[in-house]
Amino acid sequence: MTASWAMAVLVLGPLGGAAGAFAFPKGGRRLAGVAAVTAVLALLVLAREVVTNGVQLHRVGGWSAPLGIDLRGDGLAVLMLAITALIAGAVTLYAPPYFLPLAGAESRDRERWFWPLFLFLWSALNALFLSRDIFNLYVTLELLGFAAVTLVALAGKREALTATMRYLLVSLPASLFYLMGVALVYGQCATVDLSLLAAKAERGPVLWVALALMTGGLVAKAALFPLHFWLPPAHASAPAPVSALLSALVVKGPYYILLRLWFEAFPALMTPAVAQGLGALGAVAIVWGSIHALMQARLKLLVAYSTVAQLGYLFLLFPLAAVREGGWLAWNGGLLFLAAHACAKTALFLTAGNILQAAGHDRIKGLDGMTQVLPVSAFAFGLAGLSLAGLPPSSGFAGKWLLLSASLAQGQWWWAAVILGGSLLAAAYVMRVLSHAFTQVALATKPRPLPAVQEWTALVLAALAVGLGLAAQGPLDLLRLGAPVVLGGAGP
Amino acid sequence: MNVHGWILPGILLSSFLTGMVIFFLSEESHRLRTWLNLLGAGVKLILVGALLQGIYHGQGYSLELDFLPGIPLALGADANSVLFVTLSTFLWFWTTLYAVGYLEDSPHRSRFFGFFSLCVTATTGIALAANLVTFLVFYELLTVSTYPLVVHRGTPEAMRGGRIYLAYTLGGGVVLLLAVAWLHQLAGPVMFRERGVIEGLVAAHRGELRVLFLLFMLGIGVKAALVPLHGWLPKAMVAPAPVSSLLHAVAVVKAGAFGIVRIVYDVYGVETAARLGVLAPLAFVAGATILYGSVLALFQDELKKRLAYSTVSQVSYIVLGAAILGPLATIGGLVHLVHQGIMKITLFFGAGNYAETLGVHRVSELNGVGRRMPLTTAAFTIAALGMIGVPPLAGYITKWYLKKGAITAGAEWVALVLALSSLLNAAYFLPILYRAWFKDPPAHWPHEHCFGRLETHWMLLAAPLVTAALVVWAGVFAESSFSPLAWVKLIAAREYGP
Repeated sequence: MTASWAMAVLVLGPLGGAAGAFAFPKGGRRLAGVAAVTAVLALLVLAREVVTNGVQLHRVGGWSAPLGIDLRGDGLAVLMLAITALIAGAVTLYAPPYFLPLAGAESRDRERWFWPLFLFLWSALNALFLSRDIFNLYVTLELLGFAAVTLVALAGKREALTATMRYLLVSLPASLFYLMGVALVYGQCATVDLSLLAAKAERGPVLWVALALMTGGLVAKAALFPLHFWLPPAHASAPAPVSALLSALVVKGPYYILLRLWFEAFPALMTPAVAQGLGALGAVAIVWGSIHALMQARLKLLVAYSTVAQLGYLFLLFPLAAVREGGWLAWNGGLLFLAAHACAKTALFLTAGNILQAAGHDRIKGLDGMTQVLPVSAFAFGLAGLSLAGLPPSSGFAGKWLLLSASLAQGQWWWAAVILGGSLLAAAYVMRVLSHAFTQVALATKPRPLPAVQEWTALVLAALAVGLGLAAQGPLDLLRLGAPVVLGGAGP
Repeated sequence: MNVHGWILPGILLSSFLTGMVIFFLSEESHRLRTWLNLLGAGVKLILVGALLQGIYHGQGYSLELDFLPGIPLALGADANSVLFVTLSTFLWFWTTLYAVGYLEDSPHRSRFFGFFSLCVTATTGIALAANLVTFLVFYELLTVSTYPLVVHRGTPEAMRGGRIYLAYTLGGGVVLLLAVAWLHQLAGPVMFRERGVIEGLVAAHRGELRVLFLLFMLGIGVKAALVPLHGWLPKAMVAPAPVSSLLHAVAVVKAGAFGIVRIVYDVYGVETAARLGVLAPLAFVAGATILYGSVLALFQDELKKRLAYSTVSQVSYIVLGAAILGPLATIGGLVHLVHQGIMKITLFFGAGNYAETLGVHRVSELNGVGRRMPLTTAAFTIAALGMIGVPPLAGYITKWYLKKGAITAGAEWVALVLALSSLLNAAYFLPILYRAWFKDPPAHWPHEHCFGRLETHWMLLAAPLVTAALVVWAGVFAESSFSPLAWVKLIAAREYGP
């Protein structure tokens, strides 16, 4: 019963906050604060219930599947909710001083819309992670997409609007593809519940087409190569807190659905070709994204391309976790990597926002001497970079180690090569920026000092990205609860 | 946890916490920073003393923390750890004192000493690591924490040196990571143990173990500056003198050599490695490195570059010792871990003093420097003679054991390499000494600073005098029970067993 309440609050808390912020624009910040505290408390309650009593199921309105709607809190869902709460909480702290100095009517407008949209996005994400059927997942995916696209437009500049348009034009058809897939699945299996589907799914042309449609749509939303082209402009042109939300959380939503689909609902259809294919796209993404990150002239674009590359690692989970031996290692590694990336990437985007505000530009070549002004931000960038480059003892390292161990245990050495090569590329693009921290120049104009909150939020997240590597056992133990049957878990 | 339980984490935290505090000190709080530095280094020294005392009384030390699934972060104090941790902590103390004096009034000291402390944390971590993954963690931390020190001056040349340094070391790190992960697939979690842990695998995985050995040497050889992986070392010479001393004598190169010692003795086991046939190629590479480094040193006019190539050559003595089967060679190699450290650090302290006090950077400018700075030059001379292998200094002991060991093992060519190397050492060190003592000083030094009655700042003077005294002590009292040699003999006895 407690867990049911907690799950409801996780969805309705931020949603209520969003409605409030919409109705009372002046109270946006305070409502966000209240919503954040409520959501975190609810999450703690839910996590406690899950850890002590196992997987928690809530039947909305008392109807059970396939008629009603189920919300389910298992280890994976709790982990994703926790990452979301962490990043969203950081953004709640970071955003007020960030929007403050942009005086004038325009900035008031931006902040006015930021809070309701941000809270709405949070609510949609929480609902997505708790949903238990593929139609419900569609609804939450649409809500998420709507909030994300609108948030990008907040920057108001011409390039941001172009980026928004592109994002929208990918997001809408992608949702449509996914929905068509859902319809086909329902026609074939007469249910949309993830747990029930596993029993009914059999290989056949209809399901193949359905899964192809759904996967295609989700992959486009998760910005996997070659459907990543919309991501860099969108993530780079949005305001810094929005970029952080998009890179750390929003792209993980569709990825999460892919995991649920392939490992829980349709493991029977996971052939080596599918797994290797997704992995191959991930591998290309790692190389492609990293090389483009190396070529960017602007910091935010570099960080955005780094997201393209790092998302590639997440897709290595498919070929590595699909094999029985070592599969569990890869599953752990991929999800640990996801958490690492969320923390590190948020830290990077917030740092980039700091630099942009202090210097008035984010050209990488012009960053000399910036760190003498923003030492804390430079430190944050360095720590987050450590995790991106997979250096120990960061969580990025722990994730890569698990993926690497799985690939070596399975004899799939080609993935090992990709994992290691990607680390070097990541180190190279991180160092491109970080080397400017050590050059010495006298600054012509004195940059604007920033509020301490802005710098320290980034540093704390970066430190978490590193520190999580030393405390990985907790999250990994959590993942065992309700783990997919194919990975040796107990299942639903 | 009782008092003993705190010693290992204490050794690491004494410098780690110091560094973290120093990062956030303002540039102006000079006194506080100096005291913190010396306090951290002093506490570490005391803790290592306590560790030695405890071990002497039969106390065992180990500590495990959860890290990766099934693989803890493990610290321990076996004989090899104690050797390296004592060396690095002791030299650290003096390097800190030296660095405080050297960097007076230069910018970004908080950043510098913050990373300086992280660097010693990483080095002592490498020394105390009890399994391969822990070793890897600190090995990479060392890379990351030394980069800011190498590029400290922020000039384009420094940035370039730093970039090359990172490219080499991160590349090596990735190879090492692959090797470590692969070995874990074969052998499970690898704890360091005397005589190795892979004996049982030799029959089934002979080929793989050979490839793995190659990967380990490639990964660690970068830091140990084995030819042809040494390219970063001369470039990294742009760093300030205390950094060079520490890179060469205490931390980076030494960590590489220590890593090779660990792999050969405590992962493979020297006898198993010999059976796999991987030692002979390693000995060959080490021999080539010794000669190559010495030859190139001959042609360097810049003093620090000459010392850098000399390091390339000298560190491979350690590797050579590890690559020859037999207790005598083992003793020679391991004892050089200490001997090379104290000799090379003295030389770099001397070079730093010339640069800081007189503005002298080149060998050709050293004329008559002995009259202007007699104490520094005396220390420099002792270390240089030690490097050449003049009895009864530390370097002589090394070379004697290595030569004996090589001949016992039937590798006469090694004795030839050693003789040639000694000749070359003399060829590039004696001209320096000749200029310093016997030529007339110039009318004006390039860039002279005055420090009152002393020839230079007392902090700059104390460090080389102490380390030079050690060079003499390690040679003259080699056969006493309080010498590096005595400890190393103990290690060798355990490694080869009854």
